[in-house]
Order: sequence, then structure tokens, then C-alpha cells
Amino acid sequence: MNIDLTRRGFLRLAGAGVAATSLGAMGFGEAEAAEAAHVRAFKLTTTTETRNTCTYCSVACGIIMYSKGDVKAGETAEIMHIEGDADHPTNRGTLCPKGAALKDFVKAPTRLTRPRYRAAGATEFQDVTWDEALDKIARAMKDDRDANLVQVSEAGVPVNRWTTTGFLAASATTNETAWLTYKAVRSLGIVGFDNQARV
Amino acid sequence: MSDTAPQPTTAAANPPVQPLESNLLPSDVVRISATPDVPQPTRQLTKVAKLIDVSKCIGCKACQSACVEWNDTHPEIGENIGSYENPHDLTPDMFTLMRFSEWENPATNELEWLIRKDGCMHCEDPGCLKACPAPGAIVQYSNGIVDFIHDNCIGCGYCVTGCPFDIPRISKVDHKSYKCTLCSDRVAVGQGPACAKACPTKAITFGTKDDMTALANERVEDLKSRGYENAGIYDPKGVGGTHVFYVLHHADKPSIYSNLAENPRISPIVEGWKGVTKTAGMAAMGVAAAGAVLMGLFTRNKVEPEEEEAAERLVQDREGI
Amino acid sequence: MTNAWTDIKNTDLVIVMGGNAAEAHPCGFKWVTEAKATRGAKLIVVDPRYTRTASVSDYYAPIRPGSDIAFLMGVIRWCIENDKVQWEYVRNFTNAALLVKDGFGWSDGLFSGYDEEKRDYDKADWDYQIGDDGYAKLDMTLQDPRCVWNLLKAHVDVYTPEFVENVCGTPKDRYLQICEMIGECSAPERVMTSMYALGWTQHSKGAQNIRGMAMLQLILGNIGMRGGGMNALRGHSNIQGLTDLGLMSNLIPGYLNIPTEREPDWQTYMSTREFKPLRPGQTSYWQNYSKFMVSFMKAMWGDAATAENDWAYHYLPKLDVPTYDVLRMFELMKQGQVNLYFCQGFNPLMAFPNRAKLTEALSKLKLLVVMDPLETETAHFWENHGQYNDVDSASIQTEVLELPTTCFAEDEGALVNSGRWLQWHWPGGSPPGEAKNDTWIMANLFQKLRKLYQDEGGVFPEPILNLSWNYADPLDPKPEELAKEMNGRALRDIEDPANPGTTLVAAGKQVKNFTQLQDDGSTMCGCWIFSGCWNEDGNNMARRDNSDPGDAGMFLNWSYSWPVNRRILYNRASADMQGKPWDPDRKLIEWTGEKWEGYDVPDIGVTSKPGEVMPFIMNQEGTSRLFTRGMMRDGPFPTHMEPFESPIANVLNPKMRGNPVSRVFVDDAEQFATSEEFPFVATSYRLTEHFHYWTKHNKVNASLQPEFFVEISQELAAEKGITGGSRVRVWGKRGQVWAKAVVTKRIKPMQCDGKTVHVVGIPLHWGFMGAAKKGWGPNSLTPFVGDANVETPEFKAFLVNIEPAAEEPVA
Repeated sequence: MNIDLTRRGFLRLAGAGVAATSLGAMGFGEAEAAEAAHVRAFKLTTTTETRNTCTYCSVACGIIMYSKGDVKAGETAEIMHIEGDADHPTNRGTLCPKGAALKDFVKAPTRLTRPRYRAAGATEFQDVTWDEALDKIARAMKDDRDANLVQVSEAGVPVNRWTTTGFLAASATTNETAWLTYKAVRSLGIVGFDNQARV
Repeated sequence: MSDTAPQPTTAAANPPVQPLESNLLPSDVVRISATPDVPQPTRQLTKVAKLIDVSKCIGCKACQSACVEWNDTHPEIGENIGSYENPHDLTPDMFTLMRFSEWENPATNELEWLIRKDGCMHCEDPGCLKACPAPGAIVQYSNGIVDFIHDNCIGCGYCVTGCPFDIPRISKVDHKSYKCTLCSDRVAVGQGPACAKACPTKAITFGTKDDMTALANERVEDLKSRGYENAGIYDPKGVGGTHVFYVLHHADKPSIYSNLAENPRISPIVEGWKGVTKTAGMAAMGVAAAGAVLMGLFTRNKVEPEEEEAAERLVQDREGI
Repeated sequence: MTNAWTDIKNTDLVIVMGGNAAEAHPCGFKWVTEAKATRGAKLIVVDPRYTRTASVSDYYAPIRPGSDIAFLMGVIRWCIENDKVQWEYVRNFTNAALLVKDGFGWSDGLFSGYDEEKRDYDKADWDYQIGDDGYAKLDMTLQDPRCVWNLLKAHVDVYTPEFVENVCGTPKDRYLQICEMIGECSAPERVMTSMYALGWTQHSKGAQNIRGMAMLQLILGNIGMRGGGMNALRGHSNIQGLTDLGLMSNLIPGYLNIPTEREPDWQTYMSTREFKPLRPGQTSYWQNYSKFMVSFMKAMWGDAATAENDWAYHYLPKLDVPTYDVLRMFELMKQGQVNLYFCQGFNPLMAFPNRAKLTEALSKLKLLVVMDPLETETAHFWENHGQYNDVDSASIQTEVLELPTTCFAEDEGALVNSGRWLQWHWPGGSPPGEAKNDTWIMANLFQKLRKLYQDEGGVFPEPILNLSWNYADPLDPKPEELAKEMNGRALRDIEDPANPGTTLVAAGKQVKNFTQLQDDGSTMCGCWIFSGCWNEDGNNMARRDNSDPGDAGMFLNWSYSWPVNRRILYNRASADMQGKPWDPDRKLIEWTGEKWEGYDVPDIGVTSKPGEVMPFIMNQEGTSRLFTRGMMRDGPFPTHMEPFESPIANVLNPKMRGNPVSRVFVDDAEQFATSEEFPFVATSYRLTEHFHYWTKHNKVNASLQPEFFVEISQELAAEKGITGGSRVRVWGKRGQVWAKAVVTKRIKPMQCDGKTVHVVGIPLHWGFMGAAKKGWGPNSLTPFVGDANVETPEFKAFLVNIEPAAEEPVA
């Protein structure tokens, strides 16, 4: 057998850098395989399943969230995997590239974790408490409504119309959030009320 | 009385959360890199396959996303270089990649956007395994899955060149080789691969090789009825068939699908190096320091005369390559 | 959607036009590939770009952005000319036979009654001739020149194949091939489905684009059919629900309306909402409006809403303009007339047109409140991010509060999908840090505000103090409590009209569905169309039985669909005048001789006889409408209109710019570009790897499509010396962006009215917050003008220029 020829081929195969490496440097500690063949441990074992709906588009694919810990049992739970719900009639377990990566949305580094306030002209946010934040908003709303609510039109018709404050509602929140939001916003007379249906 | 909802053809049941015994055991391994004496398994698992129907693929990259999530890899946020392909190649953190090519069909003058999911083909005759010098770094199970055992990988890169499809990639972080595992951890508990589960249009399906072949034949018929006369199956015989295979609208021209190999086969040089010749080659390279370790390997390798002759013949045929 | 995602598997032909379902709704699109694989269905894609949907299509044709009406009216003309009409359907189930007033007409691209000063039509003549019996006149032979059918024929006459090719840039042979494919679906046993989304809505005549296809679907007899319908793919996961619940300037839940100031009292308000049938014996279901409205008022204000005070009608705001939509609010903001603004899970800085104007407007607020799970650009609009957000923070006096909310994974409740399914979901993760549910935030905020009114008094406090708030924990209403309010309940025992003396619903019990609602104050219901979602049977939205009798794709025991769990709207129209399914293989419901039954909840009284009660029960006519009377501001038929920024003049009337009745603010009109200055047509869209501006917070999605790019044809690239992967500048009248260039064969120059039209595709996703590379969005460039009916901005067709850009932007 023509060793020289095969050696040339070998060099070409491996690339000069690698080919020059000695077996010892390649990491053979022993002639035997260090580890017997094994597949990766199945990572969902002993997790908690929760049915949910993908938050992105309105196909509304069924998903299963796998967590360590169970919120239903009052525990702190961390989502560690999400995949499609095979029982769901629409998506049959499939997910698109967004849905398949939902876990990284839930755990995004840019998730907000505390209320923050930016003062006029400031270059940074500062942390505030929920109470401080909501007190400030409620005060601003009352002052603005009391100053600007249009109670009657020029024709003398009662109109209870508040145009100097506006509210854009979400499009991925639940019906229940939307209904509560509707009640609060409409009772105040806000007409600059809209959602994401247009865009 | 109501009928049961039809289930998808892919193994898309919801994953179990209770502890389950793995169905892919060390004893199901039929080939091990750099290890010739693999005991015959006591059982033969049903051959499995992932079918990729390119004609149903919408290039959405759900497979890429699901793969990253399941395998907990961390692909970089790269840049756009004028294409939809991202990243621009397979990486140690991206085991599968949608490859896009814009092809004007000369027969019809129609533009076709050919989108092919690239990744490990899980060859029946795996070139990576044959090329690998690290004992136990690459194994093949009797169901056809070719898996990398990273604890045994030395990062030499032989598998990359040994692969007729240019699939494995070496990590710069841990110097190990990575590729699609066909989600061996999922298959071991009766689940399909993450990409097949996710695939929105069922362009990727998973099941027994026989079932997938039957499905592929149905798809070819459908495509022929739509005017794709050369629709067909890509299950290349040069590597003994593959456990990931394609339905192509233009099976007569695999290369239009982002350079899918026309006639893939293990490089004759790798073939030539198989068995003892590989180790001999290393010795000739001046790796004398391997010493007793190398000898240990060497002595256990049984070189059949036919094998040696075949290797020589192959290499000589390709002289000058 | 009239139908459901799972129903698409029943179709013979899918037309995706005005949308990109494979990219924007991949898992819904699976039902297209399913129909193709199992039924041999065909897929047509008509789009300015050869999209990923087109990549799996059977036939593709390009179209110039903003010219869809010409295409659709052309197809209607072709179908009529070639007798591809489902005649029995058209004659009986549409208003084709009804006679229209003599004053109605159309010429020079405009309908009768146009007032250029007001930018509005006098629509008095856009209506039926009413006979002495009070009903609309008709001619079932369709011979009368004033019948809708003949007016339609005359209206579409101008849209010849040559006209379509000239205006749309679609090659004539391709257009005719598509006509042939569509025309086949006029056969009763062939069905086409239309899948569309923002590619049709985001135009200054978006509603008319959709009307055009709806008319075509009626002419083909495809509405109400399994595998047919008009299927708005919709956007966000609960945009359908938010719309259903009326979180819009002019709406009340269930598509009731906020009064205008021309309706000073209840009687005036109700007088235009009687909905008397326009043909004898027809259902005209909106005759129940008062039941839904009174039940809503009781849900809002409980005991404070009484018959004596007109159900607290004076608490409702009254509008002086059609809507205070987002565009109007930002215009007012820019004028300094808005002080406080809330963004609950909404990022308007990126999502609305003309970002420079938005930044200027936000800078004039006193206080901006953002509730979101993520750091949005809007919340950070005052923060300098180099050229990606080049603002002077110190000069911006707006105070901002950024409130952390939970996301879906930590939240419980229902979302409504495009197919109107209300699906319940459960929380599985703990909120990060101090993040709170939106319900908690709204409740705490409202209770604080209410307390201020209690403690201090104030202007008109009654609607606030009397708002119904009967929750176990007023600071944390539970989803179950809110869902039950939306379903509605009896406030006192309700007598069964069928069995006098017996009780239909006992006081305090949930109503079964909206058929039990009353207008005497004995029931309350937050959203009548949702009624039935959580009745005495429990939470029907949480149902998870995925059985599907007959493999019909209906899934009646999975979740809950509005209205009354019906899966296909107008399903009565799936059967002929005798009540037999047009296509026996596609049966939905049929008349047994005594009643309607089948796979779906009948969209008709179950004992309403076929031949007497027509299928479109919500309409006063009982039929669908090919002619919409005065219900749309821009015409009873769609007519070709150019975008406000267009490369060519309107061939029907060169003086007409855009939609002649769209609302245009003065400053914005001055910022419309002409094709002399900006020669190329830009269009915006989303890529399948991304979901709007959310997924740029997700590294996985960011890695799949990492960097802002624009797409251009090889021809334009050659003309401008642009190579693929190089950096370009794209600019328009309102701003500029830098991007990588993707040079593609998938966009081709078109020939329109003697001009070569190049398209520049500008995907949206990038901004200056999150994990993805910083970039821009198309809305730095888009025009600030909306659809004439619903104010959806014209994002899909505007003008830009493009040039190579050598320098890297400075971060």
C-alpha cells in the first residue's frame, strides 16, 4: 500500500494544523472510549406542565410550558422549556420560529422587573415603588380630568368627553384585562382610546 | 359519538414529564468510531428517518429555532450579508440551517425559491464515523441515528472532512465537534426531533424509514401531478441511504438546492483510511509519541486483506485528488 | 375570519393577496399545505414580492403596491363576462336584485355627491329605492337597469385586462390565468378561500380592498361555505378580542357604538338603531341592539343605570369627531393638546407612521405611562441612542413611568384568535421581580383615582364612583370574575316567554348566551357576543375536547367561539334555497324538513324555513351586500384609488390624490412626496423570523434574521450601483434609514402606465432596544395618513429614494 500517497490525502483531509498534532495532544488518555455511548438526559423529566396560548399572532397556537416549580401549588416556578401542544386542533404541536423560542421571550434580559420613573429632562430612569408610581399617575389623571373634561358641547349637550388624556390598549393581553381596562377608561370619559388593530 | 382528531404523521405527541427509561442504550450501538469490535446488538431497532419535503417548506426557520431551544445552544447575533440565510453557515450552535436559492427554471421561465433545510443526514454509512480517530466519539445506533459523544471527542476535525455533506462544526469554545443528533434524547423516549415537532407545514416529518419512504412517494406523486416531472426522493445510495432524506421537486438536479451533493459518497481517502490504515497513517505522520496507547489500538484492529486492497484501490483510483 | 384556521383544509383554491400567511402565520398556513397535500388544492399568491408564501404556491403574480382594487374589480368583470357566477347564490343571497336610487352614479373615479371642500360624500342617494310597503324594491330577474347587479356590471366595466395590466403592473397573461383559476370556483362544488392581512388593510382605501374580495367571494358563492370565506388573518394574539371588546375610540363591546354629540339622549341614540328589516320576513338580528346595550350599561354601572335615567346614558362620552384614533391623538399631542398618555403593551413610536412626528408629539406630553413586559422604544423615546434615536434628553420635559407587567406565561385568561375562538390559558411561571398582572395595575390605579374623587370631589365624579366593581378583592379582580361579567347574568328572575309563569333564568345565575338578554334592566352583560363563554355550564373557553365529527374541521367542543360557539359565519349560505348543501361533500348544516342541523351551530333560527328567511341574518336585507349603501365613506363599490404617494397619477382622474375622503392633517399633507422627488415605491412588512418589535428582545429570533435590511431587485441594484450585503441609505420626505441591501430576483420592476416602477421592500423589527442589533424601522419613512373608514395607516405603499452608503453608522 502506498503510504506516501495516502499520507498526502490524509494531510489534505485533516488540514495541516490538525495533522501536525500528535495523538497525545489530541487528547487520547486511553485507547478505550472514555464514555460509553449515551444520549443526553431527557431534560423535561419531573417538570410541571401548564397549558397556555402563544402570545404572538392570532393563530393562537396551543403551547405547553414546562417549569421547575408549580405556580398552582403556590410555588415559585421557572419556565425552562416551551413547545407546541400536540392536542391543539390548530397547531397540532407545531410552532413557528417565534413560538418555538417563546422561552427566550419570557426570560428576555430586557424584561421589566420594577417600576421606573424618568423625570423631566433626565437622562436615566430611577426605581420607584408601585405605590409611588400609581399615586403619581392617579394624581396626574385627576388633575387633568378635572381641568379638561368637556362636560357639555357648545350646543349644550352633555358630552362627558376627556380628550387631553389618551389610552392605547394592548393586543396580547387577555379579554379579562381588556374588559377591566375598558370599564376604567370609559368611566373616566376618555375618548382617545385605541388598540393595535390598525397596525 | 365523535371521531378522534387525526394525529400528525410526525411523532408529535407531547413530551413526557415522568421519568422514563431511555430506549437508546449503549447496547443498541452498531458502530463506534475507531473501534472495530463492536458487539452485535441483541436487538435491532426499527430504522427511523426524518423526511424533509422541500416542496412544503416555507423557510420559516422554526426548525432552527426549535433546535436551538431544545439543544440549549446559543447562536450569535450576526450580520446580514445580503441573504435570508442566518447564520451564514452551520455552526456549533446551529445544527440546522435553512439554505435559500433563487432559481429560474429554464423549462418554465418561472422563478423558484428553493429552500432546503441543511443538517446532518444521518448516513447509513457515516463518513464522519469512519474518519473519526477518537474511540467512541461517534456512534451509530441500530435505528440509524449517528450521534456524537462529546466526552470522547478530541476536536480534531476529521469528521468534518469525512462528511460528504460538510456538516459537523468544531466549537472554538470547547473544541468539540457538533451536529444534529436527530434529537436522540427525544427519540430515546418515543418523541420525534424538535424540528419535526415544530415544523408548521409538516415539511419535516419523522417516523420509521419505511413509513417516511411511503409518505415521500405520495408527495412525489402529488408534485408530478402539479407538473414537477422530475420530482423525486433524495436518499443517496453512495452513503448507503440516509436517515434524513429529502423530497425534491427537481430530484434530477440536487445541486440547485444550495449545492446539495449530486452523488455523495465518503471520500475514497477516508475509505482508504478506515481500519488499521488510518492508524498506520498517523504513525507515518510522525506521531510516534502515541506509543503504547497507539499500539493498544493498533493491536485490536483487525485488518482484513480485502479491506486493505479496497482502500488501496480507491486511493489509487483517485490519485491526484 | 368568517371561517377558522382548521377549516382551510376544506378548500380547493387558496388566494393569498394582501397578506403573507406562510411568513406571518406559519402554523395557520399549515392548513393550506394540508389542503394541497390531501385535496389537491391550489395556491395563488398575488404580491409585490415573491414571498415565502409564493415559494410554495402553484401560481404567482406580481402587483404594484396599492393597486389591488383594480385587480379585484377586474376579476369580477372577468367572472361576469365569462359567466363564472354562482347564479342561485347571487340572486337569492346577495342584494343583486335590489333597486338603487336614481341619483347614485360614478364618473371620473368619484361617486355621486362628492364635496371637495369637505373631502366627503353626500351619501343620500347611495341607497335602495323603498316601496310603498316600506321595503326595498327589487327585480329578481336582474333586468332592471337600477338593480345592484346591473350597477355593478357597469361599475366594473372599465377594469379590462388591459386596464389591470396597466395599473397593477401584473402581466396580462398571468392575470388571466388567475382569473381562470378563480372562475372555476363559481361552481357550487368548488370553493376558494381568501387569506389576507395588513397587506390589504394598511392602505388609505384598505377597507375597500377587502370589500372587493368579499364581493368576488359572494359572486362565486363562497361565503358561508366550508373551505371558503373571507379570512382576515389578524395580527396579535388578542387583537380580535380587543376589537370585539371595543377598546377603540368609538366602540362599545360587541360592535355597539359610542354615541356622538348629535345623539344627546337615549331615544335619539336608539332611533337610528332599530334595524327594521328591509325585506319581508327577514331576521335583522340587530333589532336586539337595545338588549345588548342596556345589558352593557348594567354591567358598567349596575344599580346606577336605571330605566328612569336612560341607563345612565349621560355617563357615556359623546364624540364630536368620528374617532380619536391613534393618528388623531398624536396630531393633537403634537399640537400640545394632550397631557397624559398611556401605552399598555403598545409601542407606538415604532408602530405608527412618521417617527419624527411621533417623537415630537411624545416630547410635548406631561406624563407618559408605559405598562409592558419589555423595555420599549416608546418608554425610552427620550433616551439618546446615537443616530438610532438622536434626541436631546435634557430638552424633553415629558415625565415617564415605566411599569413592569407580567407576560402570557404568568397570566390567566382568554384570548380570541382570528377564527373567533376564545381560548383560556393558565399561568405557569412566576412573574419576574415586581412585575404585576395588567388587571392588578388597572385595579389599583382605578381604586386610587376613585379614592381621590371620593376624598376630594371633582368634576363629574358619578361615572367613576358608580362604576360597578363587585370583585372579592377590589384591588385584584380575578379573571374568572371578569369573564363571568362579560358573559352576563340575570339580575332578577327572568320569565320564559315560551312558558309564561316559569323562570328562564333565576336571579344571580349566568345567562346561557345572549339570546336571554333583556332590555328592561333585568340582565347585565359586558360583551354580548362573548355571552355563553362562561355560563352555568362553567368555563366553556377552557374546553379541550378535540374531537371533530365528520372530519369537518369544526371542533365544536374545543374552547368557545363567538357567536354562540358558531365556527363558520353565514353557514346557512352553505345550503341552497331548499336547504340542501351546495356541495354534499362539504356539508355544514342542512334543513331536515323541520329544522337546521349539521356539524356547526346554524347561523339562522333553527326552525327558520329555507326560501323564507335569508342567510345573512345580521343585515336588514337578509342578504349579503354587493352594494353597501352609505355604510362606507368612500363608496358603495370599491373604485380604484392611488396611494397618497404614488409613482403614477390615477388614470381614472389624474387630479385625484389618494383616497378623496381620507382625513389628512395639514402638516402631513405638506409632507407627502411626489415621484419626481422620490421615484421608488416602498412597502413595509414583517419577516417570519420576527414578531413586530417584540422578538428583538429574544436572542434566538434576533440571530435568525439579525440585521436591518431592505430588499431590491437586481435591476434597481444595477441602476444604483448597489451590491448585495452592502450598506444603503433609504430616504423619503419624512426621514431616512440605513440598512443592508438584499438584492433579489424575487422583486422585479413593473411597467405601470408607461413607467418602470421599482419596489423597495422594508421589513420591520429593528429599533434601539433589546437584544437585536440596533436599526431602524420603516416607520421613520411612512406617511401619516389612514384609511378613510378606519384610519389604518398607509404603510404598504409610499415613496422613497435609495443610494449606496459607504459609512458605517456611528453607534
